Order: sequence, then structure tokens, then C-alpha cells
Amino acid sequence: MKSLIKKLAETAGPSGREDQIRALIRSEIEPYSQEIQTDSLGNLIARKGEKSKDGVRIMLSAHMDEIGVIATHVDQNGFVRFTGIGMVYPKYCLGARVRFLNGTQGVINSEHTSDAKEQIPLEKMFIDVGVNKAAECPVKPGDMAVFDGPFIDLGHKVIAKSLDNRLGIAILVELIKKIDLTPNEIYFVFTVQEEMRKSGATTAAYAVQPDIGIVVDVTATGDTPDSIRMDVGLGKGPAIKISDQGMISDQRIVKWMKDTAKKSGIPYQLEILEKGSTDAMVIQLSRAGVPSGVVSIPCRYIHSPSEMVNFQDLQQSFELTHALISNPVSLK
Amino acid sequence: MPTQHPSSTEIPTIGLEQIQLLEKLSNACGVSGDEGEVRKIVLEQIQDYVDEITIDAMGNVLAVRKSKAQDSLRVMVAAHMDEIGFMLVKDDGNCQFQFEIVGGIDPRQVVGKTVRVGKEHVPGVIGSRPIHLTDSEERKRAVSISDLRIDLGLKNDKNIERGERAAFATKFFQNRGSLFGKALDDRIGVATLIELFKHAPPNIELLAAFTVQEEVGLRGALIAAYSLKPDMAIALDSTPANDMPAWDGKENTRYNSRLGEGPAIYIADRSTISDPRIIDHFVKSANENHIPYQFRQAGGGSTDAGSIHRQRKGIPSLSVSVPGRYAHTTTMLVRLEDWQNTFRLIYSGLSDISPELFKSPR
Repeated sequence: MKSLIKKLAETAGPSGREDQIRALIRSEIEPYSQEIQTDSLGNLIARKGEKSKDGVRIMLSAHMDEIGVIATHVDQNGFVRFTGIGMVYPKYCLGARVRFLNGTQGVINSEHTSDAKEQIPLEKMFIDVGVNKAAECPVKPGDMAVFDGPFIDLGHKVIAKSLDNRLGIAILVELIKKIDLTPNEIYFVFTVQEEMRKSGATTAAYAVQPDIGIVVDVTATGDTPDSIRMDVGLGKGPAIKISDQGMISDQRIVKWMKDTAKKSGIPYQLEILEKGSTDAMVIQLSRAGVPSGVVSIPCRYIHSPSEMVNFQDLQQSFELTHALISNPVSLK
Repeated sequence: MPTQHPSSTEIPTIGLEQIQLLEKLSNACGVSGDEGEVRKIVLEQIQDYVDEITIDAMGNVLAVRKSKAQDSLRVMVAAHMDEIGFMLVKDDGNCQFQFEIVGGIDPRQVVGKTVRVGKEHVPGVIGSRPIHLTDSEERKRAVSISDLRIDLGLKNDKNIERGERAAFATKFFQNRGSLFGKALDDRIGVATLIELFKHAPPNIELLAAFTVQEEVGLRGALIAAYSLKPDMAIALDSTPANDMPAWDGKENTRYNSRLGEGPAIYIADRSTISDPRIIDHFVKSANENHIPYQFRQAGGGSTDAGSIHRQRKGIPSLSVSVPGRYAHTTTMLVRLEDWQNTFRLIYSGLSDISPELFKSPR
């Protein structure tokens, strides 16, 4: 799975322009799909499995998009002004390397401030692509870029950009390849625009009309020096989401996930995320409502150019999700 | 009886008749939730051209002009009828009312402005304390809305009560190539859509949505898109042109859009990332027909497309706006040529659009 993650992380897919990452995913999963299509907003939807007597229709979902930046103006000296696509933290941008979808590379820096305490906003930053005037600049307003940086394998842990949510994507890709016998009809949904307003999951859930929704996404940890209050950490297994800022997981799904983990001998943590949400938030509210939950992969430094995951947590998240979708769903 | 289409080689234009219609629309009062006066003008204008028409549960006007071709795209074009304004919330007696803002208005823009209240356009003023009764500390702060009152004068013989809307009192005027009026956001979109409806390109099923309550959360468009079930959508709006030179002589890098550079095509705003296939189609059309255009800077702001694209199974969408200075104040300023080019762009772009556009994935 490491080489798959490397390939996925080194491909670009900012919200709204997911075509490159979608093409890569499609090439991986098409031979294993009974049905596959791209919908009108760009979601990739693949089906595997037929609904048997004790089976249900599951929407198993991971978002393809990552946060990025979009050029707003090229000034007379060729510096590119920009704004964020999705939740882009200014503090993570200073000094960051970026790569535009057309291949242009550059570095983000800012106007000078004499106040050392000032939080420099994105409006005071710019991307330097190394040209001297506007006419030489290979970037124009509207062009999008993502953080740029190589995948680093530390052995037990891995560092890369966009582990949010290439990790979720990797799990779904491996699952559709490995899933053999299942009583369930599983829709593997690779959504667009989660980092913006979750429009992809909104419309995909409307179309798929699932009986249950399971999202695989990353979640923050509280195991770094003086961190936010967060009881999830690397190396303790997948996190079962109790709640986040946008939703409260269906209690029956939480219990089913805990029971499945125990039965399969997979360690797990319980997640309460005070800031942030996932596609499950909108799946839960689709049409007349869909019981939903999330398998969360603990991840450090989310939305920075260098996110970090414990590889064993990832493998165990895969095993848990595999066990969940391969067996009859029991919601009691 | 629908009129004949003009010959397909002519692009209809924005001229004197359309400016007079815009004046009527601009001077009409239709603060969010109270769009009746604007709706009446829309219905008068389009009733001879409709194949199907509905006024839905929230007051959106949904009007259809059927296609003359086989295998045509169902194209929803939305323009919102509502404007930003005020709502009276408490009668203080003496014909003075406490009020709240409806939609997004900078509270600093409000002091001392004249307004029209209710269906009969009863005139009033948003009163502030005269300067000689203020102290220097007070003059450093912006006056808060809760300290202001809408004052109707001596007698409330029109029985104005809580819940009535108030709109800015600006009367539309023109100065050479510039048009000035209140609520050009989005009466200019409404006027454009009326003109498009009268000269609907025969190759598409035109689903015109004159929407309500855009300014308070893109609400009308959400249900309009649900009913119309289009294949794609265009939101016609106006967008701020903050294109005056920066006061310190530095390059203005955050103008959003500029007057005189034509229709502003949206790549992304706060609510929508436009479908690139539709962007490319309209850019191609602009280039082929020598129509100037610009890209609106990404960042804040929303249009009806924000609600439309997320409806049902998803609707590929684009927003196109007429740039205007001083948005959400008493008077917006637009260039007639930008309006004319916006109409030309929408018309020519829709005249050769087909389901082929969506054969390749987004």
C-alpha cells in the first residue's frame, strides 16, 4: 500500500479540479468494478457486490480532493497573488512549495511585517515562480496549485502532502481489489469538493440512495507537544468517530464498528473532533436521512504540506473497514 | 402568442428599450422575501413568450421556452429578483422604527440614507444624531444599527407596521455610458434574462428562473433547481468592481473585477467551483465573437449557482456577472457596454451549446 499512497500523494487534485487524481484511481479500480461511472460533478462511483437477503446497500466514501490555492492576480513584477481553496491555514503557507496544475513550481512568501506577533493573512502573501515580470509568468488568474513535496518513508511512519485524504482513497482502492464475498451491495464513492462545501457527497448520496453511509477519512491527533485537546494518537489503531463539528455518528453504527473491531482483534480509539467534519455530515442528511459513521485514520499536521501517519494504523483501518463491509451489517 | 424568433444571424442587443426596462426594475422595491413588485414586472414582460410558467411555493417565477431542436440541453438560467434592504422590527412611536438589515449591508453605509417603505413606497430617512450633538469620541466609531431609526415624518397614515420592508430610495439615472441605480444587483441580471427569454436560442430548452431570497442565503434557487431538473445552469448576477486605484499608489491586486473589461466569468467563489467545460465553452464563444470578458477573482461571494449545483444528482454550473462599483450600497455604477457584452456572451454561448459538451467527464 505504501507505493500506492506515494503515487496518489504525488498526484494533484485540488477541489473542483480532481480529474488527474480521478484518472489514476479509475485506472486502478476499473478492472475490479461491476459498474463504474463519473457523475455530473466529477464524483467517481463504482459498484461491487449484489444485495443479498441479509445485505444492505452501503455507500463507502472517500474524498478525492485536497486543499489548494488559486491564483487571483499576477502583479507587474510577476508575483502571483492567491487565495485558498478549502481550509488553507496561512501559517502553513509561509515558505511552502507549491506546484500548479500546469506544472509550474513556486514558493510562497509574504509582505514584510514589522509586528512579529502579526498573523500574516493570505492577502499579504504571494507565490514566487521565479520570473521578473507579468508577461513572463506561466500562471494566470484562475490557475490552481497544490502543496508540493516528496513522499518520505520513515518506516513505521510516512510523511506526504494530501494524506488527507489519499489515505482514505488508498483504503477504498485496496478494498475494491480484495473484497470477494460480501452479502452487501457496495458503492465505492470517490467524492469531489469535500474540502469546499461537500457538494460531491451531497449529490452522490442523493443518486446512490444508500441504506448506510461509511466514510473513510483522516482525523487529527492530540499527541504532539502542547496540542489541541484530542484523545486520538498515532499507533493506537483506527479511530471510530463518535462525533465532530458537523455530525453525531449513528450510535448503532458506532456500536457495530466497536463490536466488529473486537471480534476481529483490531485495536481502536474513540474520536470526538471539536473542529472539522467529513462527507458523512451531508450523507446523513440526504433525502430522508441515512445512518452514517466514519472510520478515521489518525493523522498529524492535517492541511499542512507535510502530514504524517503511522503505517500500522492505516493497515488496521483497512482491516476494520474490510470486516465491516464483508459481513452482514448489524444495527441493534 | 409567442413572437417569431429574429433571424438566427442577428444577436439581439441591449438598447434604449432595455435600459428603460432596467430603470423600471431598479426603481421597483423588492427586498428579500417581498419580491412581489418585481415579479409583477417580470410576468408582464414575459407572458407573451412563455410555453409554460409556474410561480412556486416561495415565489420564484419558473418560465420555460421549449426547444425547436431534437436532443437539446435543458439550460436553467437564474437571476434573482430580491435586493438588500431593511426590515422594520419595532415601532417606537412618533413614526420612528427600529430596523434590521436584510442581506449583507455594511452598517457604515446606512446612516443618513433615504428609504422607501412598504408597497406604497412611503418615504423615510435613516436618522442619525446631528454632528453638533455628538462628541469627538462618538464620532470615531461607526454608528451601530441599534442606535438608528427609520423616521417616516409626522404621520403614519399609511399604517406602516413591523415586518414591512424598506429599500434605498435611489432613482435610476444615466450619465453617458454609465448606468446608476439601486438594486442593479440583480435587476441587471433580471433584465438580461427577460431579454434572453424573449429571444431564446432555439437549440436549447430555456428554463428561466427569476429567483427569490438570494441575498439571504441563495434560498429560492435551491427549490427552483429541484423543480426544473436542468442539465446545466448559469447564474446571471452582478459582482463588485473594486477597481479604483489604491490610495497609496501601490498596485491594486484585489479588484475582484474591473469596469470596462466585459462580463466577469467565475472560476470559483465561496460556494461554487464552476464546471470547467462550461467555462471553456463560453471563453471559446467570446473569442469567436470578439466579445471582451474577464475572470472574476476567486475568493468570497456567492451566487444562485451555489445552491443550484448541489441539487439532486448535481448540476454543472457557471456564474457570469456584470461588474459594478459600490455593490450593496444606495447606488451601483455599471458600464452600459459591460452589460451589452454580458448579454452578447450569454446569447452566443447558449446559441451553439449542445449535450456534446457533457460527453467528456468534468
